[in-house]
Amino acid sequence: MLKYSVKRIILAIVTVFIIALITFFAMNAIPGGPFAKEKAPEAAVQAVLEKRFNLDKPVGEQFFLYLGNLLRGDFGISLKTGREISTTIFESFSISAFLGGMAVILSLFVGLILGSTAALMRNKWPDRIIIFLTTLFVAVPSFILATLLLLIFSYVLGWVKVWSVADQNYLLPIISLALYPMAYITRLTKSSMLDVLGQDYIRTARAKGVKDWMVIFKHALRNALIPVITYVGPLTAYIMTGSLVVETVFTIGGLGSKFVTGINNRDYPMIMGTTIFLATLMVVMTLASDLLYKAVDPKISFD
Amino acid sequence: MSSYNPSVPPEKKPFSLQLDPRMFEPATAEEKEQHDVMRESTTFFKDGLRRLFKNPLAVLSLVILGVLVAVILIAPLIVPYGYSQIITVNGKRDRTAANMRPLTYSTLEQEAIEAGQYVFPHIFGTDEIGRDYFIRVIYGARVSLMVGLFASLIVLIIGLLYGSVSGYVGGKTDIVMMRVVDIIYSLPDTLMVILLSVVLGQILGDSLQGTVFAALGNNMISMFVVFGLLYWVGMARLVRGQILQIKNNEYVLAARALGAGPGRIIRKHILPNCISVIFISTALQVPNAIFVESFLSFIGLGVQAPMPSLGSLANLARSALQIYPYKMLFPALGICLIVLSFNLLGDGLRDAFDPKLRR
Repeated sequence: MLKYSVKRIILAIVTVFIIALITFFAMNAIPGGPFAKEKAPEAAVQAVLEKRFNLDKPVGEQFFLYLGNLLRGDFGISLKTGREISTTIFESFSISAFLGGMAVILSLFVGLILGSTAALMRNKWPDRIIIFLTTLFVAVPSFILATLLLLIFSYVLGWVKVWSVADQNYLLPIISLALYPMAYITRLTKSSMLDVLGQDYIRTARAKGVKDWMVIFKHALRNALIPVITYVGPLTAYIMTGSLVVETVFTIGGLGSKFVTGINNRDYPMIMGTTIFLATLMVVMTLASDLLYKAVDPKISFD
Repeated sequence: MSSYNPSVPPEKKPFSLQLDPRMFEPATAEEKEQHDVMRESTTFFKDGLRRLFKNPLAVLSLVILGVLVAVILIAPLIVPYGYSQIITVNGKRDRTAANMRPLTYSTLEQEAIEAGQYVFPHIFGTDEIGRDYFIRVIYGARVSLMVGLFASLIVLIIGLLYGSVSGYVGGKTDIVMMRVVDIIYSLPDTLMVILLSVVLGQILGDSLQGTVFAALGNNMISMFVVFGLLYWVGMARLVRGQILQIKNNEYVLAARALGAGPGRIIRKHILPNCISVIFISTALQVPNAIFVESFLSFIGLGVQAPMPSLGSLANLARSALQIYPYKMLFPALGICLIVLSFNLLGDGLRDAFDPKLRR
């Protein structure tokens, strides 16, 4: 277990390093420096600016300076607003984190319930309805779902107010973020639950007269959870990228919409900072879910 | 010695070790009939197809995709509008033709109809600068489908080559190649797609001008590049796993003993045995690519401006959502229908062709 953990952590660190590398050199490859505008500043001013942002040094050295700054939590300054990117990230991330966290909880909770229901009532009408709906939801991109929900519930029916800073209603954004992973988790839980229910130890437990709910919760569900745990990493990644569009649709000022605004403004330091921040978060979540998976499943060998 | 009579078994010679021929009876006519081949022998492929056509959902999705492809191919021949063409009446730009509802005509067009001219109806209405929306949705679906298929093809080719080499050669090569895959696999793909799209779009600049790729635009090319760079790893892992499994079979050993080279073994013995799994995975890659394309178009990194894609149409429709909700509906339905059909078809193919799922 220790050897495996160390191996995975090293891989995660290498991955984050490579992400920083790709991001940095990709941004550097864009023609024209950040100060190359139509109205070029005077040569002296330009030199001072370049010195301030270390642009006069060789690219390799710039990269390590940038890496050092990253480690100290300094992501640079936005070209558009002139604010520290780290402040923007940490301010807006709290909104995104709340939104994403709620979506994760909702999708896991509902997905597990629906998936187990479908497995336990196999080939009866609840199973058919659940599978029909999940098949449908897996085919709807989150931005379309978000827009449709907004259209139906806010404009046509008027039940839910549109998001604003004064009235922070997260219901629709959370639903539109959670529906796709929920459908996926439902299908995952159903197949792993069916797998577990066919095992000998379930029959043994039933034969010994263990109550039905005990069999389901203590023996079946706990084992059926294992494949779902591996999905938590990809789930967070999905929710984070999904929140890019969902936040834009609902005009929520979270990290996702800041990122999309950064892309539209071609605000490179902002894109860079956000990419590295989100990517690191995703890598950490994947690492955590992998380690958790190995920890709960005794059948897995640690090679 | 008497002449040979096949219906009477010969006598057993005393003291010989031979089995007594009288223990064996000739087969009766009924027994012989049982050995007749009742049906034509079936191949793996035919059997899979038969199973596929027994699955109503898979057949339905095949029909939907077939109809969709037919409409996409035929509609531009029938509808007299182009996807970037602003509607004109008698050579004059029709300013009243913007933002029309489905199946309505503008004032100028109505005058033309009253004058006895034929005006092709605007099935989905027109967009905000007066382009026929139906043909834009059709072209959008065409672009989205093309992107999905082409991106899956790129993934298939790269993943197949990389995975087969890694799995077949094995040893240190395999370890190194799989470490590379591990690292690429753990990169957050959507973020990298966004990043590389932004960057490649800038780097490519005007260099595509005048080539066949110009119509697609920098963003689409960057998306294909990104698929070529990042998305093949899943396929490579799958192919490698399959090859590792198959390579230890006896028939591969026999082929090697008979002097077959690695290329021949991969092509003739290994690939035919894992092709169905790979094919299914490719079919399931198509909706994934369409999702990514629509996502990128939605955040403004998709196809170049006059060229529509379903994602960019949906994005444009968002700004006037309250007034023209149907403009959102058509591209949204298009994406969902395509993705749903490919998902169901992929599931059907898997059930039909994956030998491990057979019961």
